Amino acid sequence: MAKRFDVRRQNGFVSLAILCFFLLYLPIATLVVYAFNDNDSLAIWKGFSLRWFHVAWNNGLVIESSIRSFQIAAVAALLATISATMAALATTRTKPYRGLTFKYAFINQPLMVPEIVTAVALLIVFSRIKIWTGYSGLGYLIAAHTAFCVPFAYLPIRARLESMDLALETAAADLYATKWKTFLHVTLPLLWPGILAGLMLAFVVSLDDVVITEFVKSGGQDTLPTYMLGQIRRGVTPEINAISTAFLVLSIGIVTAFFFVSRKRT
Amino acid sequence: MRPAVEAKGVTRVFRGTGQDSVRALDNVSVAIRENEFFTLLGPSGCGKTTLLRLIAGFDFPTDGEILLYGQDIAPLPPFKRPVNTVFQSYALFPHMTVADNIGFGLKMLGRPKAEIEARVDAMLKLVHMQELKNRRTSQISGGQQQRVALARALAPQPKVLLLDEPLSALDYKLRKEMQIELKRLQHETGITFIFVTHDQEEALTMSDRIAVMSSGNILQVGTPWDVYDHPAERFVADFIGETNFLTGTVENAGNGQAQVALRSGAKIRAIAAVDFRAGSNATLMVRPEHAKLVKGRGDLGGIIENIVYFGTDTHIHVRLDEGDVFMVRQQNSRSAGCGFENGTRVGISIGDDAAQLLKD
Repeated sequence: MAKRFDVRRQNGFVSLAILCFFLLYLPIATLVVYAFNDNDSLAIWKGFSLRWFHVAWNNGLVIESSIRSFQIAAVAALLATISATMAALATTRTKPYRGLTFKYAFINQPLMVPEIVTAVALLIVFSRIKIWTGYSGLGYLIAAHTAFCVPFAYLPIRARLESMDLALETAAADLYATKWKTFLHVTLPLLWPGILAGLMLAFVVSLDDVVITEFVKSGGQDTLPTYMLGQIRRGVTPEINAISTAFLVLSIGIVTAFFFVSRKRT
Repeated sequence: MRPAVEAKGVTRVFRGTGQDSVRALDNVSVAIRENEFFTLLGPSGCGKTTLLRLIAGFDFPTDGEILLYGQDIAPLPPFKRPVNTVFQSYALFPHMTVADNIGFGLKMLGRPKAEIEARVDAMLKLVHMQELKNRRTSQISGGQQQRVALARALAPQPKVLLLDEPLSALDYKLRKEMQIELKRLQHETGITFIFVTHDQEEALTMSDRIAVMSSGNILQVGTPWDVYDHPAERFVADFIGETNFLTGTVENAGNGQAQVALRSGAKIRAIAAVDFRAGSNATLMVRPEHAKLVKGRGDLGGIIENIVYFGTDTHIHVRLDEGDVFMVRQQNSRSAGCGFENGTRVGISIGDDAAQLLKD
C-alpha cells in the first residue's frame, strides 16, 4: 500500500529532481572547475593549473580579510549561541502565556526584517556612535553579526528543547538535583547537539554575510565576502574562483566536522 | 504509630482561563502507614496522580498539609524531599549508562564515589540487572528499563517510594511478573510504596491497602478485601470488579441488616453498613460469584440471554423479570458443561451475606 503512494513513483519526479540538482550545482561546479584554469580569462579554458590559488595565497588582502571574517564569525557565533540558548530555555521551560508568540517573533526578527533595512539602520546608528566614542574597531561588526545570527542559533536549540522529555528534568529534581545541577547534568548534555547545530549555522551565516557587513564596516575592515565584492567591480580573474573554491571547501569542512561531532553526542 | 505520609485537608485547584477552574483534589485527607504497599486507585482524572505529584513535590497544594513522618513537606522543592518516584515513562537519562542512572541520586547528594559504586552494584543485584550495568538505557528492553527506573528510585533509600502507573507500558505477561517483583522489592527493602493505578486488578493483587478515588475525593480506604466485599458506595462497587446492581425499596432495616422489596415483588435480605430508613429507595449489589443459578425458583427469576465461556469460569447473563440483566459467574469443571441453556427460565439464589445495600 505505502509503496503506491511513494513520492518517487509519481510521474516526472525523477526528472524534476535531476533538473533541480542540476540548476543548484552546475554553477558551483563551473566555478570550481575554472578556479583551476591556467588563463587570465574566466570564460576560456586554457589548461589545468594551481596558479590562481598561488596568487590568492600570496595576496595579503585576501589573507587579511579571511582572518577578519573568521574572527568576526567565531566571536559573533559564540555570543549568538549563548544568547540563543538562554532565550530558548526561557521560551520553552515555561507555561504558555499571553505574549509568548510575540516573543518568538521578536527573537526571530532578523529573519523577517529585510537585511538591507537593518543594514541602513545600523549604518546610521553606528556612524553616530563612532563619532561620539571615537571607537571604530571590529566591535560594530561583531555586534551586528551577533544580532542577526541569534535566530539561526535559536531555532535548532529550541527544536531540541521542545523534543526533550520534560519528565527527565522532573526526574533529576526528584533525585536531589537542584535546578542548576539539573541543567548541568541533564538539560545541557541532552541539548549539546542542538547547541552545536546552532553554533555551526550562526558561524556559517556570519561568515558569508555581505549586505550588513558592507554597510557597517569602517575603512580597512573588509571581510572576505566584501573584499571579493570589491574585486569583482574591478574586473575579474580566476583568482576569485580560487578564493571561492577555498571558501567552499572550508565551509563544507566545518559543516561536516560539526555534523560528526553532534552525531556522536546523540 | 506515626503515619509515613499524611495528607491533611489537601485541595489542589488548577486555575483555567477565565471562570473554569478544576478542583483536582477536594479536601483530601489520608494517612499512609510505614512499610505499607498503598495504592491510589481510580479512573483517569480522579486526582490520584495529582496527589502523588503533591507528595513528590512536583506540584504544590492550594490548601492543606502534606506530612512526612509528622513534618510538613508541602512547601519543599522535590530535591529536598526524601521521597523518590518511578515515572510512568520511566524518564531514564538517555545520555547515561544504566549504572550512572542508578547512581544519579546519590551523586547529587554528594556521597563518596566508593559508596555510590557499592550501592549501584547492590541495586543492580536487587533488580537482577548486573550484566547490563554499562549499557545505554536505549539499548535495553522496556521491562529492563522498568527495573532500572525502580533501582534508580530505590538507590538513595527514600523514606517513601512513589510509583506512577509504572506497569502500564508493559505487556500482560511482563506486567504480571513485575507485579510480583514489586511486591518482593517492597518486602525486601521495607520502604513505604505509594502506587498509582487505574487497573483495579493490579490494585487488588498488590496492595496492603487501597484508596479508591473519584473526582478529587477519596471514597474509601481499606484492604483489597474491604473494598471488594464491603464497598462503601456504589461507585466503589462498580469500579472494582464486576457487580450486579438491583434497585428496590427498603421494607425494614436495623442491626446491619435490611430487607428490600424489588419491583417484581421479590424480597431479598441484605447487609446494610449504614442505616437506611424503611420506605426509602436503595441500591443492592451482588457480586456475580456470590449468586447461584438454580433450576426452579430462586430469590430472583429470569431467562438466560447469553452464556460466555472464560476458561476458568462461565459468565451467564440472565434477563430478570425486573427487566435488568443479572450476571452469574460459575466455576467450570472439566467434565460437565455449565448445565444451563440459552432461552431457558432459571432461578437465582442469593445467599444471606451475598447482597449489600449501598449509598448512591
